[in-house]
Amino acid sequence: MGTGRPAQPGAEGARDGARPLMSVRGLGIRFKTAQGVWQATRKIDFDIAPGERVGIVGESGCGKTITGLSILRLLPGNFAGLDGKILFDGIDLASCSARQMRAIRGKRIAMIFQEPMSALDPVFTVGHQIAETLRVHTDISYEEARAKTLEMLRRVGIASPERRIDDYPHQLSGGMRQRVMIAASLICGPQLLIADEPTTALDVTVQAQILELLRDISETSHTALMLITHDLGVVAETCTRMITMYAGEVIEDASVDEALVRPLHPYTSGLLRSLPHLCPRHGRLPSIPGRVPSIAEMPNGCRFRARCAHAAKGCEAEQALQDAGGRRVRCWRFAELNLPGALHPPGPAAAPMVARQ
Amino acid sequence: MTATSTEPREPIVSVRDLQVRFQTTDRRATVKAVDGVNFDVRRGETFGIIGESGSGKTTIGRALVFLLKPSAGAILHDGVDPTALSRSAFRSHRRDYQIIFQDPNAALNPRMTILASVLEPLELARVGSKAERERQAREALERVGLPQEFGARYPHQLSGGQKQRVVIARALTLRPKLIVCDEVVAALDMSIRGDVLNLFADLQRDLGLTYVFITHDLAVVSHISERVAVMYLGQFVELGPTEEVAERPLHPYTIALLSAEPRPLPSSMRTDARIVLQGEVPSPIDPPSGCRFRTRCPHAQPLCAERAPDWRELTPDHWVACHFADRPNFSPN
Repeated sequence: MGTGRPAQPGAEGARDGARPLMSVRGLGIRFKTAQGVWQATRKIDFDIAPGERVGIVGESGCGKTITGLSILRLLPGNFAGLDGKILFDGIDLASCSARQMRAIRGKRIAMIFQEPMSALDPVFTVGHQIAETLRVHTDISYEEARAKTLEMLRRVGIASPERRIDDYPHQLSGGMRQRVMIAASLICGPQLLIADEPTTALDVTVQAQILELLRDISETSHTALMLITHDLGVVAETCTRMITMYAGEVIEDASVDEALVRPLHPYTSGLLRSLPHLCPRHGRLPSIPGRVPSIAEMPNGCRFRARCAHAAKGCEAEQALQDAGGRRVRCWRFAELNLPGALHPPGPAAAPMVARQ
Repeated sequence: MTATSTEPREPIVSVRDLQVRFQTTDRRATVKAVDGVNFDVRRGETFGIIGESGSGKTTIGRALVFLLKPSAGAILHDGVDPTALSRSAFRSHRRDYQIIFQDPNAALNPRMTILASVLEPLELARVGSKAERERQAREALERVGLPQEFGARYPHQLSGGQKQRVVIARALTLRPKLIVCDEVVAALDMSIRGDVLNLFADLQRDLGLTYVFITHDLAVVSHISERVAVMYLGQFVELGPTEEVAERPLHPYTIALLSAEPRPLPSSMRTDARIVLQGEVPSPIDPPSGCRFRTRCPHAQPLCAERAPDWRELTPDHWVACHFADRPNFSPN
């Protein structure tokens, strides 16, 4: 049994000052469909500092997964084009050669997914699959690769790794498979780990183990983490910064604490208000009326305005992601709105599910 | 504290020593999916069952509406044993006990219009005339907040939340007394969840429904339920009023489960007291001897391996299966 600790307050990755590890500028992704070319995401701007842990949150279809995939150029077949830049240590990942990309993918930037079973090959041992990354990217002997694999399996908390290294994926439980995926992604010591819903398929007690592992690894080896999730609780426990996406755009970018306590965008506030955790038991849950606009008929201006309780005249105008004192928000009314966050109303209702101390 | 609501109401469902076993596909082993569970569901309440994957919560839900036959034990509906009824009496009896599943896509036929899907149970039950059935189906759609014109649409034209509303409307057509809701909001986006949970609350108030709400989501179960049961490896480990279980949990598994849930709170409000359980749920084919949780329990003692703990009512209405639940200083912090 171990004792977990919540994510530290404040971005130790330091948003300002330190040179960012990765800068995404004006990123947009287009897809070919039978109805023509659709713009899935647009004008995505954000930085990730070395060692920083950033959560990308949003509901299904908001473009968070495709943004993660586009960083590694793992794009589906109907992909029609990429706009903007993804600067990673001086290299533009959006336009670099396939050869350059291969040298980065898996070595300097790694990715893990929701369902480890579909990411692991059932006919190879887990040891083989972890060492494969190492052998592709480095000149390393079989023995050395095996020794490093063993060390990594131990590092991700797999008991008796000498025995597990020769197991096949089906012999492992869901939590152990995700640990194996994390071991494989970290074996080359990447500077950035992109984790797309890494715990969504896991039980809550196992989820706590994996989140603790990710946080721990990021802290000890200074690996930046880009955690893509729909779960605001997961972000609060793991990350220091939170980027909220809606309908293919970044709509808010702030430290986790700021975003939870005082969200600036009505959508972020609405999401927080709709969580049952924050609502008096048996009370009515606030919800956001309507639904996300279809990708085929995106409105002009603010994409959230049809569902927004604060929509006003100027919302038809294009919304820029503007600076709001060290954080950014895509809403021209942010300064005049005083939106509730996770602590409003304050008091016992704010935290009903707390284990006794 | 509170809502040990009034005096216990008459149970609408009584479950006694319920066991459900499955053969593995190679027929060499038996999985005890549910292994000796006792509880009552009171009329008009929302009874939550929470557990991780493989705990047997879905199996209980299916057994409650007799989609599965219990291997042993009894389930009484309003004091009646449905398995003792004649075939035709059983068919009309089960209309009162409906179930709704997680994935509305799997529950709706993509080639049937929404109205046709909602009409189907009424047609099978041969309720009234054609016009009468249509009126009832439209009423059900209206009740779940779907406009008239949706009747002519097909499932692919609806969002996930709207489809789940259709499934709810369909379950309502036969005016059930009880609905088993198995992970009914798990597939919905968070901004939609609130809407659907509110709808369940409204329907309960207006129609006097009883719910058995099965979920892995602590926040959902604690929001909607009056009483909640915590399940681990085929058995209940704790059962009590939601406030009690959430705020004064007795079983180490409940305590760990509550502390493992990621909470969307700023760092200043999160407690450091976090119990991260080691390992994962053992196989229900060969569960540990004695207390099933002992292999992961931070407080396990030799006694826990020797003897299974009794299911006892430690405080009024609050049940637990743990040898040491009443010891002081039991809590790890």
